[in-house]
Amino acid sequence: MTLNALLRLPAVLLFFTALPALAQAEEAQVDSGDNAWVLVCSALVLLMTGPGLALFYGGLVRKKNLLATMMQSFVMMAVMTILWALVGYSLAFAPGNSIIGGLDHLFLNGVGTEPSGSISHLTFMVFQLMFAIITPALITGAFAERMKFSALLIFVVLWAFIVYFPMAHMVWGPGGLMNAFDGGLIGCLDFAGGTVVHISSGVSALVCAIVIGKRKGYPSDSMRPNNLPLSFIGACLLWVGWFGFNAGSALAADGIAASAFVATHFAAAAAVVGWLVAEWLRDGKPSMLGGITGAVAGLVCITPGAGFVSPMAALIIGFISGLVCYFSVAIVKAKFGYDDSLDAFGVHGVGGTLGAILTGVFATKAVNDGFDGAPMGLLEGNMQQFVNNCLGALLTWVLAGLATYIILKIVDATVGLRVDEANEVKGLDITEHGEEAYG
Amino acid sequence: MKRIEAIIQPYKTDDVREALKEIGVDGMTIYDVRGHGRQKGHKEVYRGQEYEVDLLPKTKIELIIADDRVEETVNAIVESASTGKIGDGKVFIYPIEDAVRIRNKERGEAAL
Repeated sequence: MTLNALLRLPAVLLFFTALPALAQAEEAQVDSGDNAWVLVCSALVLLMTGPGLALFYGGLVRKKNLLATMMQSFVMMAVMTILWALVGYSLAFAPGNSIIGGLDHLFLNGVGTEPSGSISHLTFMVFQLMFAIITPALITGAFAERMKFSALLIFVVLWAFIVYFPMAHMVWGPGGLMNAFDGGLIGCLDFAGGTVVHISSGVSALVCAIVIGKRKGYPSDSMRPNNLPLSFIGACLLWVGWFGFNAGSALAADGIAASAFVATHFAAAAAVVGWLVAEWLRDGKPSMLGGITGAVAGLVCITPGAGFVSPMAALIIGFISGLVCYFSVAIVKAKFGYDDSLDAFGVHGVGGTLGAILTGVFATKAVNDGFDGAPMGLLEGNMQQFVNNCLGALLTWVLAGLATYIILKIVDATVGLRVDEANEVKGLDITEHGEEAYG
Repeated sequence: MKRIEAIIQPYKTDDVREALKEIGVDGMTIYDVRGHGRQKGHKEVYRGQEYEVDLLPKTKIELIIADDRVEETVNAIVESASTGKIGDGKVFIYPIEDAVRIRNKERGEAAL
């Protein structure tokens, strides 16, 4: 360093220390720390779909359907991205009415490097895109091993327009019906997508499983997973990616992000224990598959509350979710006999609904003073918020359920939902994609 | 000549090969197979869904041997593969009509 540079150093330091004050003075400016964090989180959320969910689901199917199952998740990364760029982002986040956004941001018009909060508008757009990718990918667990690829593509396009874009707008968009922080009529606390992502995909999954019907041979034939180590890697990637999903939803590298990070991790850990306890008691052995499924259930359940609840509440929420999701997957599914093949409903629908309710209970202003000093959740005396969260969950059930039913009927009437029986027996890898996982 | 077909517990494969090597029997064909005799299978549970797995992994050893070596070969296999428990397996002995060594067209026991 030259003498000249050394002499200039104090001036440089003075300039940087003055920056926060400048930011306050001029309002909305892109903060490099926040922007960097949310960009990294965007990458983490993408990692959840590919390879996370693709591996998690792929390991669970029979080996003749391994690639087709991975493909059903992976293709969302292409399809949803294009829809989002052209029109989806606008319908979700441009100003509109309380149900759907407008067309101001069609073709990403007006979405550039300018600030959106303390991050750039493009950062916000791409972060939200990653959520739009994983949500329909979650549904594919319900109809694994039997749905036509062509039918899947038509389904996902219609589902994005009729369910996802409106849901994202209603919960997070300006003036949305369920947006608790922007005058929503039924304002819900949904930090990172319990309703938008998990209830919507989980309930749609249940409808898909029922409308498409059981796999041939279910439940008498062996449907044992082809490669549980793949599922293990997938689940662990989901766990790591979820830090981006939940902590990134603070949209800043701040204390709320840290709180959401901790709550996310704690809930996953407690849910592993919850699931294993239930499994050990009922089935006699604690299984690796049970452990990783419990982790995912806990991650789902903490999603709506991640930035609103304390670490201890996260432990409680996680443990309950492990027990309840085990109950829904191992007992309720068998009782009713629907073939939700990879438990998209049992984990995401049930875990998401439970999370919405428990967020209404445990949300606290000590973690996130979202209502400017007023109580947040039921335990702080905010009964209305608890009711709103339950109503929001119910509304999501109705919208996702009805819309998915109608979409499936439309797809069935056009290309048909299901591969024919001979192809189902041969497996979708060969018949739909012309390739095999293990040559 | 006789063909000896032994179905054994997979984890006993190396013991059996060692025992056969000690009595000078080197040639054999080994298969990974699945099956069961009187041995019961086991239960596997995936997310509460139970599956009865009754075809268990076994190893099949196949070898062709001169008539005068059959007894010691069978004894070597039985001794080395035995644990005394159900599921140890079985040995079958079949007559062989002829054999041909592809390289030099030798016939009969000379081809072994």
